[in-house]
Amino acid sequence: MNTGVFNIPFKAMLTLSWRNLWRNYRRTLIMLAAISMAVWAMIFMTAIMRGMVDDMLHQGVANLPGHIQIHHPGFRDDPSVVNSIDAPGGELLAALNDSQTKSWTSRIKVPAVISSERDTRGISLLGVEPESENRITGIAEQVVEGRFLEGDDDRGVVIGLKLAERLETRLGKRVVIMSQDPDNNIADRGFRIVGLYKARLEALEEVNVYAARGTLQKLLKIGDQVSEIAIIDKDFRDIESLYAKIKAATPDNLEIRAWYELDSYLSSMLNVMDGFVLIWIIIIFLALSFGLVNTLMMAVFERRREIGLIQALGMRPGMIVYQILLESLLLLLIGLSIGNALALATVLPLESGLDISSVAEGLAMIGAGSVLYPNLRLDDMILANVVVIMLGTLTSILPAWHAARLDPVQAINST
Amino acid sequence: MSNIALRLAWRNLWRYPRRTWLTVGAMIFSNSLLVFSISLQFGSYEMMINNTLQAFTGHIQVQREGYLDDPKMRYVLPDITAMADRLRSSLDSNQIAARAAGFALVSSNDRSYGLQILGVEPEFEPFVSTIPGLIKQGRYLDKDSDEEIVIGSVLARNLKVKLGDEVTFLGSGRDDSFAAGVARVVGIFETGSADLDRSMAQVSLAYFQDAFTMGGSGHSITLRAATIDEVPMLKQRVKTLIAGRDKLVVLDWEVLQPGLKQAIQADMTSAWFMYGVLIILVAFSVLNTQLMSVLERTREFGTMMALGLKPSNLARLVMTETFMMASLGLAIGVFIGYLITAYLSVVGFSYPGMEEMADKFNLPDRMYPNVSLLSLTLGPGIVAIGCLLAAIYPALRLYLLLPIEAMRAV
Repeated sequence: MNTGVFNIPFKAMLTLSWRNLWRNYRRTLIMLAAISMAVWAMIFMTAIMRGMVDDMLHQGVANLPGHIQIHHPGFRDDPSVVNSIDAPGGELLAALNDSQTKSWTSRIKVPAVISSERDTRGISLLGVEPESENRITGIAEQVVEGRFLEGDDDRGVVIGLKLAERLETRLGKRVVIMSQDPDNNIADRGFRIVGLYKARLEALEEVNVYAARGTLQKLLKIGDQVSEIAIIDKDFRDIESLYAKIKAATPDNLEIRAWYELDSYLSSMLNVMDGFVLIWIIIIFLALSFGLVNTLMMAVFERRREIGLIQALGMRPGMIVYQILLESLLLLLIGLSIGNALALATVLPLESGLDISSVAEGLAMIGAGSVLYPNLRLDDMILANVVVIMLGTLTSILPAWHAARLDPVQAINST
Repeated sequence: MSNIALRLAWRNLWRYPRRTWLTVGAMIFSNSLLVFSISLQFGSYEMMINNTLQAFTGHIQVQREGYLDDPKMRYVLPDITAMADRLRSSLDSNQIAARAAGFALVSSNDRSYGLQILGVEPEFEPFVSTIPGLIKQGRYLDKDSDEEIVIGSVLARNLKVKLGDEVTFLGSGRDDSFAAGVARVVGIFETGSADLDRSMAQVSLAYFQDAFTMGGSGHSITLRAATIDEVPMLKQRVKTLIAGRDKLVVLDWEVLQPGLKQAIQADMTSAWFMYGVLIILVAFSVLNTQLMSVLERTREFGTMMALGLKPSNLARLVMTETFMMASLGLAIGVFIGYLITAYLSVVGFSYPGMEEMADKFNLPDRMYPNVSLLSLTLGPGIVAIGCLLAAIYPALRLYLLLPIEAMRAV
């Protein structure tokens, strides 16, 4: 700490690093291209994958449906009318109607057989209360022909377009639905098709048939019993407090489950995704880091005479490390800005939806729809940027350290 | 290329060992990663295809035109057993079985479920489907299994029936007449796929034809090829054999299970996007290294040109250097990738959450990558090509070199 240029102000250091960076503009430009592309790929790919998983989750949760469900303990294994539960009352009803609950409904869900004049199919017959059902599943908006059910004692049914096609029937026609009552007697009656709906997952259209809850209760002779109570919270990722509250109010002879317990595939997807995003970012960074170290190594090597000289003039090794790191940081920052800008420019226009219906049935297998909505999340962007800055600076220590260790006399004399 | 040129290229490479190793290191990293993930991809695709198709669908089916999209009772193959027999003798294969399918309400004393009943040839069904081999209780159907039925374990539980119990089924026959029967449960299978175990019941084809007024007809003939690669050939042969018969189509698994093919395609697309990014990053690294190495040798190249070497000789030298670097990266990368992959293909590996995903695609809980010549060389091969392409620009710059000026360059 005696003589020389050891306490260069930051601004001068910055100028020095900046000018050093552009001495060999070709090399810097190539490296910038590599960094920008890596950052773009990190963010773009993550947004696409996030979008897909979000879609799977939303649809999965919508199809369950409900973030929390209450059943007879035997219902999930044996979805029969025998395993029905009483309509919610008392404490449970009060908890359900509490302001914290966004919405809830109770429904009947039994296996049944539907026959038109032409064909017969196995279905899942849902007895719903139209208004609250729609608040949970948005089914009324999916009706493309006719209308959705109206009131608890509507005598029509709403079936999927695909099912109508399979049954060779159409709006206004009659179908016969056959199921069984708790005493195992065949319960059947004719229904008029009052509406056709189109679901995002075609498989559902063939299976789910909607009828009014009251009508089915009469048909199945179950009084005011239902098969399940479905509850939705404001955000399905954050349901713990509501879950605890409703659980406390649920009678002990009923089974209450949250969506992540009902569908372990969905909840595991969430965790797998977080891991995947991190692995992807790190792998891309590693592939990039070789080039980064190489570029800085070359820069140091070319300047070894000059580094030797300023060392001989009294610049301390620490300052040399500082200067090289600053150079690397500048490089990373420019690369990051371009990469982030590119990612925004490519992802944002796609947010209205990317049509990938050419592989629709494949996506249906994993539970995703055929339009992809990339989901650019701030935390993923921050993660990518932080990884590149932190690890990038870290890997730059190697060449910087190498420069600082140069022996001034040898360095000055080298060719 | 002469020996001296090769030696020159090799020595040039090791003037700055650290730089060369860093560039080769990028290749090694990407190559081992590519070998591993491509092997894993191939392994899981193959398993996905096999597990899905072996269970039930088979590789190829002969059906009446239109039946696949709209499986109606009346879209039949007439005299189906005779036709299946003919195919078996012409193709000299046992892995061919006729089936018929109908919808019925199956009831026990306690419960009723609507599901698909399948009529199968008991002596041939085991050759095209794994279900007969997965009987957990009782036995599979046999040759004269009249009024006998095998059902899935979940269905048995839901119907509350056990071996020896009777179930009735009600449906509509081919001519829309009422189809009904009472059959004894002789076997219960468990495939592990809850969907299949919940929704399938099988009776013998003869019994099915009788109950559903099918006459001698059925709905499909299912064929299995020895390996997936032989499917196109087998399909062609079956096509020739049934040529001339009206309204019959030969469908392969890609058509029968479009979801499977598309899931693989979707996965391939995203995987190749990732590989592409890796490969381009390595190529940038090579571009940078080679460009620098050309620029710093300007004087030397000028001298060499003054001595009579042509730019094309120098360009070839640079390409040779790159080729050597790429080969080194390829060899070491493939070797390391092979070691990792071969190890994992024996012990298998899994990551948290995979169990649930594997279930969705009929995959086992542990993944076993599939090491093959293709999976070892495909990714690294493209990396090597990418590196050579990246070296073209530095090599082309040599054509701009003027010997006198180059020799004066610092």
